[in-house]
Amino acid sequence: MSTTDIFRDASAALKKKRAWHWFEYVFWLAVAASVFLFPAQHTLLTQIAIWSLFALSLDLLLGYAGIVSLGHAAYFGFGAYVAALFAINYTGDPLTVLLVAGVAAGLLGLVTSLLVLRGSDLTRLMVTLGIALVMYEIANQMSWLTGGADGLTGMPVNPVFGIFPISFRPTNSYVYVLCVLFVLFFVARRIVHSPFGYSLRAIKGNPLRASSIGISNNLRLIAIYALGAAYAGVAGALLAQTTPVVSLTYIDFQRSADVLLMLIIGGTGYLYGGIIGSALFLIAQKFIGNVTPQYWEFWIGFALVVIALFARDRGVFSIVERIANALRKEKAKS
Amino acid sequence: MNALETVDLEKRFGGIVPTNGVNLQVREGARHALIGPNGAGKTTLINLLTGVLKPSKGTVKLGGSDITNLKPHQRVARGITRTFQINQLFADLSPLESIALVIGEREKRGTHWWSTFGGDETIVREAASLAAQFGLADALNERTSSLPYGKQRQLEIALAIAGKPRVLLLDEPAAGVPEAERHEILETVAALPKDVTVLLIEHDMDIVFGFADRISVLVDGKLLVEGDPKEIQNDPRVRAVYLGEGADD
Repeated sequence: MSTTDIFRDASAALKKKRAWHWFEYVFWLAVAASVFLFPAQHTLLTQIAIWSLFALSLDLLLGYAGIVSLGHAAYFGFGAYVAALFAINYTGDPLTVLLVAGVAAGLLGLVTSLLVLRGSDLTRLMVTLGIALVMYEIANQMSWLTGGADGLTGMPVNPVFGIFPISFRPTNSYVYVLCVLFVLFFVARRIVHSPFGYSLRAIKGNPLRASSIGISNNLRLIAIYALGAAYAGVAGALLAQTTPVVSLTYIDFQRSADVLLMLIIGGTGYLYGGIIGSALFLIAQKFIGNVTPQYWEFWIGFALVVIALFARDRGVFSIVERIANALRKEKAKS
Repeated sequence: MNALETVDLEKRFGGIVPTNGVNLQVREGARHALIGPNGAGKTTLINLLTGVLKPSKGTVKLGGSDITNLKPHQRVARGITRTFQINQLFADLSPLESIALVIGEREKRGTHWWSTFGGDETIVREAASLAAQFGLADALNERTSSLPYGKQRQLEIALAIAGKPRVLLLDEPAAGVPEAERHEILETVAALPKDVTVLLIEHDMDIVFGFADRISVLVDGKLLVEGDPKEIQNDPRVRAVYLGEGADD
């Protein structure tokens, strides 16, 4: 093989890795179609899209940089409160509010990253959990600002670009949330396929080697942690804009645990895991939960055990992959 | 001119002194070997040179300038890279991606978050030709973790070279490589670019004497003797350490 051939193969292989797969086109077409196919379910679908963005933000940390977090709701909740307070006091323009909430949560992420990035996985779990608990208690205590246990209401939500009303309109809300999700997904996809994104994978895969090839591990991790926090803040702001009240449940432990669960169910490190996981989680919750609430917990627990044992990386996706591979082998045999 | 130099370098862990006043001088362009029995302090010395450990006393100089207080990644930027005795690779990336990553970091592209990885033709070209040079042409796009051990060993060295170092530290490059694949690694080591100064840390005397033009012997954290291969071979103190005490394996 000549050098030119090698180069051509190399270039083609890298291009193939970052190119949009047909599965991705189908996926997003299906997402867009959901607007028309399930008009009665737009409220649920909006919830799914917001959780998807939240889970995506955690995937940036866990799936690409290997940072585990049990307190990611800290940034989600902070973004939501900032969004509500900013809208009440300044402007209800939804995109401005999203931007402010994202920047604020990103800054909180930047500051707290200095605590999180020290130590091992276990330390990180404890520190992130601690940060979220502290944030929860601050929100609870500062009831003059946040409404405390009663929550924060009366947040104005203007039409998007002044022409597309979303307040109390489930369909428009859903379209709005989907657009934000898609744009931020697109940006995230670009980032994880950038040199910066690859350096995160290197740090996750082997921090010792990463620093031995000249990567400043800490700075890169701080950057992605702040970005993940900003994404979570935007997700929180979206929920604030599409529900009547911002409450302490935005920031509680249950939310941090749920988003981690959704991500693990959908699988980490390929960006779609958070979306697939939160869709499965919320749809299952709705339909199984309708039959019997206890059963819901049973099945979620069961799914978690199965996935943790057999499909840790890619969640349900790797189960599908395994079945597909097995079928392919069967076919080849016959 | 010394490419790499230590001055009265000392490292203490409590009562143990694995590096005890080491004055090592590696000349520009040298093929320098550092040998010594198990427990002589070779690994500690490498960690001091690369910045993984901070010395208790003394300085490390690279090309004449003091790098004692620089972090590992900053030392890489100054031109010192290393390989590891036990492979330290990016298991989930392909050899091509790993090498391209190193080149990108060398060219200060590592913080670019909006351009595409592999979109820069010159980097891919260099990565591909480097991979070919290290016998990885037919494994470019495999997952690194699925490569045979010998190939992984090649990649280990390729990653260090991709950083275009002035000084390269090779930590037992042939460690664990099966006899049949050994000559490939040795050829690779022999074919390293001449303008790179190499400090080889090695246990295997065949490799050392086949490669080095200068040898330092480290015993109990101190440099026992330094000289050319012939002098070292005939030095009674070295013989005592290696043959008399049977410390070598």
